[in-house]
Parts: sequence; C-alpha cells; structure tokens
Amino acid sequence: MIDGGIVIVGGGPAGLCAAITAAQLGAPVTLIDDNPRLGGQLIKQTHKFFGSKSHYCGIRGIDIATLLEQQLSATPTKVILNTTVIGHFKPNILGLANQHTFTKLSYQRLIVATGASENTILFENNDLPGIYGAGAVQTLMNVFGIRPGKNVLMVGSGNIGLIVSYQLLQAGINVSAVIEALPKIGGYHVHAAKLARLGIPILTSHTIKAAIGKEYVTGAVICRVDKNFKPIKGTEKRLKVDTICLAVGLSPLVEILSQIGCEMVFIPQLGGQVAWHNENMETTVSGVYVAGDASGVEEASTAMLEGRIAGAHAAATLTGKFTEAEAIINQAKFELAAIRQGPFGEKAAKGKEKMMQTVR
Amino acid sequence: MSKRTSKRNTPTRITDHPILQFNRGREITFFFEGEPMKGYEGETIAAALVANGVKVFRYSEKHKRARGFFCAVGKCSSCLMVVDGKPNTMVCMEPLREGVRVERQRGRGKI
Repeated sequence: MIDGGIVIVGGGPAGLCAAITAAQLGAPVTLIDDNPRLGGQLIKQTHKFFGSKSHYCGIRGIDIATLLEQQLSATPTKVILNTTVIGHFKPNILGLANQHTFTKLSYQRLIVATGASENTILFENNDLPGIYGAGAVQTLMNVFGIRPGKNVLMVGSGNIGLIVSYQLLQAGINVSAVIEALPKIGGYHVHAAKLARLGIPILTSHTIKAAIGKEYVTGAVICRVDKNFKPIKGTEKRLKVDTICLAVGLSPLVEILSQIGCEMVFIPQLGGQVAWHNENMETTVSGVYVAGDASGVEEASTAMLEGRIAGAHAAATLTGKFTEAEAIINQAKFELAAIRQGPFGEKAAKGKEKMMQTVR
Repeated sequence: MSKRTSKRNTPTRITDHPILQFNRGREITFFFEGEPMKGYEGETIAAALVANGVKVFRYSEKHKRARGFFCAVGKCSSCLMVVDGKPNTMVCMEPLREGVRVERQRGRGKI
C-alpha cells in the first residue's frame, strides 16, 4: 500500500490551497479529485470575484482555477484525478475507486475538502427531467457550452441564483423570472441590478408550486407566499418554461468525516451537518482536517483561506516547521475575520461561532 | 422523444459567448437507444445527450417516473444509464467515447 503523506480529498479552491500550502512547507502531499481536471466549482465560474487583491478580486473563477493549478504544479504534489474516495478503513486508510480499479491509500494527515451538494425543495413533480441544480446548469453552459433549455425559471435569488441567471442570458437563454420565497432579494444588489436592467423580473415572496409536464418540464406554476411562507390561494400563475433551475442552497458533503468518526454538529447557518473543527480546521479526530464548503457552506474566498490554514497546520505537525506555518495561519485567520465581518459573511460567522461554543 | 432526438445541428450548442470560448475536441459518433448521435471528445455522455435534445435518461424503479440530468457532479444518481450494456453508469461523470452505446435505464439494472 502507498502512503500519501498529507492526503487531501477534493481539488476545488479549498483543497488546492491546502495542497499548495502544505507542499510549500515541505510536506509530502497527495491530492485526490473525482473529476478529470482540478478546480472544483471554479472551472464553471465566469464571474469576477470580490474582496481584496489577496482574494483574487476582479479575477474570474475560471482563471483562479488556472492560477492555483499552476502554483500546484510548481510543487512535487502527487495528483490523482478521476478517482472517488469510497470509504475509510481504520486506522488511517482510504479506499479509492476509479473506473477500473480499487486501491487503498494510507495517510499521515487527512484534509477533507469535498465541498457541498445542491439542495432541492418540495413541490409537485420536482423530479421531472428539465429541473436542474444551479451548478449543473453552470457545468452544461460554461464548461461544455451547451444550453440546458430555451426558457428558464430560476428558483432562489441568492448570489448563485442571480449570477447564474445572468450567465444564462449571456449564453443566449431566456430567463422568465427569478423567484424568491423571502420578502427581499438574497444576494448582492449589484448582481440583481444587472438582471433588473435587462428586464428580468425578480419576484420576492414567491415560490414554485408545481412543475408541469409528463416526461419533462413544459411549464411551472408559481404563487405568492405570505409572511409564514404559506402559498396564498388565487395567486397562482403559469409560466411556459422548459427548464427549472434550483438555486436553493447547498449542504456540506460530510460522508467520509462521519465515517471516520469525527464528531458532527448540526448548524443551520453552515448548511446543516458539519464536522466540528477548531480554529486550525482540525476535527475531533486528531490529524483529520476539514476545509471549504465541507466545513460549512460559504464561498470560494473563505474556502481558499480555510484550505491554507488546514494545509499549513497539517504540514507543521508533520515537518515541524511551526514558525513558518504560524505566520501563514495568522495571516489567513486575519483575512477570514475581515471577510466574515461583511454583511454577507455574517451568517457563516454566526455559524462558526456557534460551533466554537459547542466545546469539545 | 424520437422526433426530438433525431434533430441534427441542434441549436443547443453555444457558439458565440461574451466571455468563454469553447475549444471542443474531436467530433465523435455515439449511439443513444440505437440511434447515432454526434458529440465531442472531452465532454461527458450526459452533456452530449442534453446537446442532442435528450431529456429522459431513465425511469425510476417503483413509480416508473422519468428522470433526467440534475446535479452534474456525480452526487445525485438521477442520471444512471446503461452504457455498453453496463447498468447504473453515472453518465454525468462518464466521458463520451467513440461508438459508445447508451440506453435509458428502466428500474434497477440487471448485471
């Protein structure tokens, strides 16, 4: 059996930053991803990032993926692509599967940066073909250059819902409406304003009641909701759409962590079930770390910072380079705190605080 | 469905985009339910099917409900199909290959 040194599961922004940081501190690193290329969700993000220069502001997600990949390739990190981690064996062995084989890989430190999976919501016919998660729509149109449909109803006005709506328009697809159950728009107003200028209605206090269609989506029924999110009778409206895009949040992917036996906590502000972790991103199982959306759904900028912290701490405990690691960790913690002070970082900040209060 | 799937030069491929350029791989032929279709090397089977107007990928086991492409990242199992006779293949992660035979899956796959 091969030993992977510091094994990182997931090659998105968190995993890439963890790998780069750990490798730069001289630790042996193995990075595993189930896709044919690294970058995670960055490879479909055509929008420019916000924040400060060290958070790649003004650069598109797709270009950040390339930048991080270049930084990684300057290190001796071993990259395993097209491979899924399908299980954990005690004490410190991962089961890996690709299309052809099953192998085992042992680790000295493990960083789980598996990201999150798309949520769905309840409505009639919500399983019909033509209903996509927002990430899937992005994959189709921004990675493969394929239009999922001609007329789209977007459900959810958080940043993902707004950004993907704009990207749909850029791809030559009509967006019939963006609906939002809350009485106000969820995401940044700069994104909402772009849609408003193009005449796309953003209907707050609205929900989807049903998808219409037998074999696939041919329409949708939307309606108003009251203060308690209850549908208001008589407000139903039919929309002729062939695609319904759900941008209704994400849930952390935590299967490996819970299989390992990391203590889990349920924190709605972080997207649900997460592995408890300390300031250095270490879980209740010594040597097992978590970073990015898997540690609480947030955004790519914070995922990268958490990745740096996890990578630096894991590497220091292996190589003994505590002083160098400490500088990296302190800088990343400082930047994390700054991001979470903003109005859109508040939710995650509350979630992380709540977790810290759950003393382990 | 067959009317939809036999469409050639389908308009669902994006050619002009303000930000992105799509450098598609070699054009390849594959078969969906016996019918030849075109796709590109480097894309997944699921993507090629959507580009050809195929929406229904399988029928669920109990209620025989139509299921399509949902998550695109190998997490939801909505896109399990029979690929070269092999059932339960997650086509959103499976690369398209020359001559590959793809069929809708009905219920559980028989191995």
